[in-house]
Amino acid sequence: MSESSKLTPSTPLNPRKRAIVIGASVGMGAALSRKLAKEGYSLALVARQKEKLDALCGEINAGGERLALAYPHDVSKYSEVPALLHKIVSDLGGLDVVVFLAGVNYPPGGNDKYNFENDRKMVEINLIGAMAWLTPVAEMFQSAKAGQIVGIGSVAGDRGRVANPGYNTSKAALHTYLEALRNRLTRHGVNVLTVKPGFVKTDMLKAAAGPTPFAIEPEKAADDIYKAMQKRRQTVYTPFFWAYIMQIIRHIPSFIFRRMSF
Amino acid sequence: MFNTFKRFENFGHSLNAPGYRILARATDDIRAAFDLAKKRGLTVAARGAGRSYNDASLNGGGIILDLSAMNLIQSWNPATGVVRAEPGVTLEQLWQKIEPDGWWPPVVSGTMKTTMGGCLSANIHGKNNFKMGTFGEHVIEFSAILPTGAEVTCSPKKNADLFHAMIGGYGMLGIFTSVTLQMKRLHSGLLSVDAYPAPNLRRHLFALQDGAPDHDYIVGWMDTFAGGSSLGRGQIHAARHLREGEDPKPQETMKLTNQILPPYIFGVFPKSLLHRFMKPFANNIGWRMVNLAKYVASLPKHTFRQSHAAFHFLLDYVPNWELSYGRGGLIQYQSFLPKETAESAWAEMLSLSQKRGMPAFLGVTKRHRPDKFLLTHAVDGFSLALDFKVTDATRPQMRDMLQEFDRIVVAGGGRFYFAKNSETTAETALAFYGEETVKKFKRLKKRCDPNGLLESDLYRRIFG
Repeated sequence: MSESSKLTPSTPLNPRKRAIVIGASVGMGAALSRKLAKEGYSLALVARQKEKLDALCGEINAGGERLALAYPHDVSKYSEVPALLHKIVSDLGGLDVVVFLAGVNYPPGGNDKYNFENDRKMVEINLIGAMAWLTPVAEMFQSAKAGQIVGIGSVAGDRGRVANPGYNTSKAALHTYLEALRNRLTRHGVNVLTVKPGFVKTDMLKAAAGPTPFAIEPEKAADDIYKAMQKRRQTVYTPFFWAYIMQIIRHIPSFIFRRMSF
Repeated sequence: MFNTFKRFENFGHSLNAPGYRILARATDDIRAAFDLAKKRGLTVAARGAGRSYNDASLNGGGIILDLSAMNLIQSWNPATGVVRAEPGVTLEQLWQKIEPDGWWPPVVSGTMKTTMGGCLSANIHGKNNFKMGTFGEHVIEFSAILPTGAEVTCSPKKNADLFHAMIGGYGMLGIFTSVTLQMKRLHSGLLSVDAYPAPNLRRHLFALQDGAPDHDYIVGWMDTFAGGSSLGRGQIHAARHLREGEDPKPQETMKLTNQILPPYIFGVFPKSLLHRFMKPFANNIGWRMVNLAKYVASLPKHTFRQSHAAFHFLLDYVPNWELSYGRGGLIQYQSFLPKETAESAWAEMLSLSQKRGMPAFLGVTKRHRPDKFLLTHAVDGFSLALDFKVTDATRPQMRDMLQEFDRIVVAGGGRFYFAKNSETTAETALAFYGEETVKKFKRLKKRCDPNGLLESDLYRRIFG
């Protein structure tokens, strides 16, 4: 990065919190980045697609103050993470929040189809990608005795279903991983928030197999996530009523569930 | 190194900037920190006691080189008053070592918690700036490690350019490893203090200027809430050292037990809890009452004797007093103005703060004279330090107001002190330092630190 791309300095009368958004370029990530910038955060935007990332960065910085910096990165390149994290935290001037949103969804293309390569990619990005980032972040926040980790899971991680075993697995494992981090870190003053969105109108939704009821705009999801962050909640569904829907779905007995088509 | 990430704050608790903490125990650790920074593409900033009101010892996302453990008094000669100390030695350690032998540091800050490294870096002044100058003027010699790894020794004659730039250079050129200082002889553990009121700003400044020649120390407290014809009113405390023979029992008054601040008020109440009881008063109405009561109490002119520690270290009188300002913390705004422009500039600033409903809670004035250091904050005039409480609701308005203050000060030929002010911009700094000074400093920076390893949040804000 060049010298001219320094962020607006944080002073007592113009304090900026510092967040990394991984998977920032489109959909929910872009909406949450816009929201956080408005709420007084300086941002490091991380995503694979450089053009979209630069466009979002330009949009956030258009107001005159330099609030966001772009870092093109593929989360499945795990070995790049520690050096990149050092650089980002140095550029941001600290770190308060890390949001992991990066995720892919490759449905196998039918309830009777199987595709290991796709399943593997989903686990590599949605789960191991998160672990690669959140491991050093957890270490930092534990040491600093402060910080907030936000992981974007999914209602799809609450139950293994016929349509997309690989995606369900990646998100269920992510939920468990975040829960374990929460149990480790709460005692060190660190909040770990698991977000479980229902259907959100993003590019990912277009690829989804089957019906997608109650789909919401990404901006609505971003507002919900921000509210949950402020309240330092542990788990939040967006929109909220998915909590009730999933409560029911989680309790459908297996002898029925394994015969269902969804 | 992710497990060395720690949260650091400024003294006023109004800023936080986490970084990787490296504790230096010896000079080799300082070199190792520079090597690590180079390898990881990070920067290094030094930190001692963390008593700066702003971002001088913060380095968000970089390495914080903690020098507080390098706190050895390497030598002390009670015959000559020359002391050699490591950078982490605090003023508290220093005066408690030398005072029983009949010596006192020539310049001290309002708190004794500051370190030698910090005092040198900020080139601190005390209530005797008009007479004794800054801390740096009493340095015989210092050693430092530059980011290049080179060790340098500087004195007013040897490496004079570095000597005058590193002192007051806020740790941006190198890391002090040892300093040799000349202490001042005492003939008593007590000072003779004259206290008298000043009914308005003009009389206040006149009292500082007029009282200075006959005293060793002079400081004013200002009632920042008083307006109209009483604007700038306050109380002057002018103190002088007792001459030989004035104190019948100097050995007795110089005993440490007669200097140390008592941990209780009224003999029973623990002062460590006091800041909690101050908290409900930390608002405009509460502090207006405190200021008024203080002014009324100051009206009778009187003279008394006070120990050195009690007179100098007012900020230590209530431990953790800064916590009483609450969650947003506090900021201090200190401006230095030539004696010709001080009255009009401060009248404008005080009226502005009262009109906007954001009065300072505390105002302190001092008398100053210029010095020869490169990044000097001193002028032939006065300084006024104002404490403001920071809240979420007033931040934007206060920011605007302080920018206006900056313009008033720069227009009046004034200066700022970077141990205090946290909102000064790079443009303002350039305006009062002058291009020549900034260029000279940057040339030295390039020479001492070609890879740009030494950077604090302050450095990036002012010179970045």
